[in-house]
Amino acid sequence: MTPASFDYLSPASLEEALGLLKEHGDDAKILAGGQSLIPLMKLRFTSFPYVIDVSRIKELKYIRKEGRKLTIGALTTTAELEESGEVRDEFQIIHDACSNIADPLVRNMGTVGGNLSHGDPGNDLPAVMIALKARFNLQSASGKRSVSAGDYYKDTFTTDASPEEMLVSVEIEIPDGRFGAAYVKHKRRAGDFSVAGVAVAFSLDGSGRLGSAGVGLTSLGPTPLRSAGAEKALEGSKPDGEGVKKAVEAARADSNPSSDFYGSREYKLFVLGKIMEKCVAEAAGRAQKEGSA
Amino acid sequence: MSKINITVEINGQKKSAEVEGRMLLVHFIRESAGLTGTHVGCDSTNCGACAVLLDGRAVKSCTVLAAQANGRKVVTVESLSDGGKLHPIQSAFLERHGLQCGYCTPGMLMSAYWLLSRNPSPTEEEIRKGIAGNLCRCTGYQGIVDSVKLAAERMKEAK
Ligand SMILES: Cc1cc2nc3c(=O)[nH]c(=O)nc-3n(C[C@H](O)[C@H](O)[C@H](O)COP(=O)(O)OP(=O)(O)OC[C@H]3O[C@@H](n4cnc5c(N)ncnc54)[C@H](O)[C@@H]3O)c2cc1C
Ligand code: FES
Ligand code: FES
Repeated sequence: MTPASFDYLSPASLEEALGLLKEHGDDAKILAGGQSLIPLMKLRFTSFPYVIDVSRIKELKYIRKEGRKLTIGALTTTAELEESGEVRDEFQIIHDACSNIADPLVRNMGTVGGNLSHGDPGNDLPAVMIALKARFNLQSASGKRSVSAGDYYKDTFTTDASPEEMLVSVEIEIPDGRFGAAYVKHKRRAGDFSVAGVAVAFSLDGSGRLGSAGVGLTSLGPTPLRSAGAEKALEGSKPDGEGVKKAVEAARADSNPSSDFYGSREYKLFVLGKIMEKCVAEAAGRAQKEGSA
Repeated sequence: MSKINITVEINGQKKSAEVEGRMLLVHFIRESAGLTGTHVGCDSTNCGACAVLLDGRAVKSCTVLAAQANGRKVVTVESLSDGGKLHPIQSAFLERHGLQCGYCTPGMLMSAYWLLSRNPSPTEEEIRKGIAGNLCRCTGYQGIVDSVKLAAERMKEAK
């Protein structure tokens, strides 16, 4: 299988890439790691006159940690993020997700920006970024803007980024005090997409109650989802109390999975409940250890 | 559609060719460079039979454009043996039933090689995770895991 013909463009800098995106608009497609795009092009599900390989833009390959703030360049690979000691120790939720994305060979090519911008409801990083209330920094030849992770996903394979825009970095800032976060993915086989995935992040107050919470869901609807209902149910409750049961019900109400070969709709909603309980417990355990997510 | 000139260093030798943008790395390796050790199994990013190292990391060459490898280094299964002498990973596969039909083997060897280059003493779990991108329909994997373990021991002794 070979993709349909295209002109291959390989900008060396961000500025050059943004210029090409402006020039070619809808006729061009960004290629980052290619681990989602190339399979689709090989199957001829999609084709473009121009493919802009952004993977040589070194300035977008970095992981920067300053205190409780983490900034990730869009062209950092998911393997590099998985291997980062700082991420593993202090942003464990991101490590939970990265070590569960596809398989090591795919992670060696696939990028953070591609994982977040493909708009596949089965991709694992979006739910994590939604739970962490991350900011996505977008840039085009005409300017910069930033959107919250929860507002980025518009439809299946469709994000808020216009064809001229590129996701350049992701910013995460975790609050002071006790904070815990975890991602639990249920999959049927090694290397597979999930049946369902749940990301939860929250702070814990002195009395052991949850403060502000974030909840993201994978494979449970047409896009990666934020469950505002589950967030509300968790806030003010104990990590092992009634609030968690209410959060599961709210997350189910916010979900809309379809039956497919990963499982029936009912099964996915059942799995959601089980992994959400596990995820909250894991995050609560981590919150006991101050300053890690 | 315009063609582009690319140069890829394969197993230490520079190979230049004029290619279409859509050419896949695995075809460049097999057809332009004539190295047919790298297999195409599923051609759909699932099986890892096509695994090679790109700038030192194992990737699925059926899902990389040849143009993406321009100016970079590729290492294929042909590089493992030294003349007629098998690499310790290859001889371990031979001794511990790491292969049966052999179709997955080039990719398994490259994943194992990459794993051992980062982690010379992997646990069984680390080996299984390390080859998670490679499917084998014959061996049931146990022979492969045993082979990688044996190779790791021998490679450490040889150091
Ligand atoms: C067998 C297999 C199993 C997989 N399993 C999983 C899994 O379990 N979990 C998971 O999360 N993923 C999985 N994936 C997908 C994989 O993680 C991809 O790497 C990822 O979805 C896309 O990243 P990429 O860099 O390869 O992007 P590409 O394939 O290059 O691009 C994907 C899309 O994002 C756009 N894009 C890329 N970068 C940017 C940017 N910076 N700004 C704007 N748009 C951009 C592209 O134009 C394209 O539309 C799997 C893939 C395969 C082949
Ligand atoms: S042939 Fe490349 S992954 Fe199967
Ligand atoms: S030996 Fe036959 S597929 Fe692995």
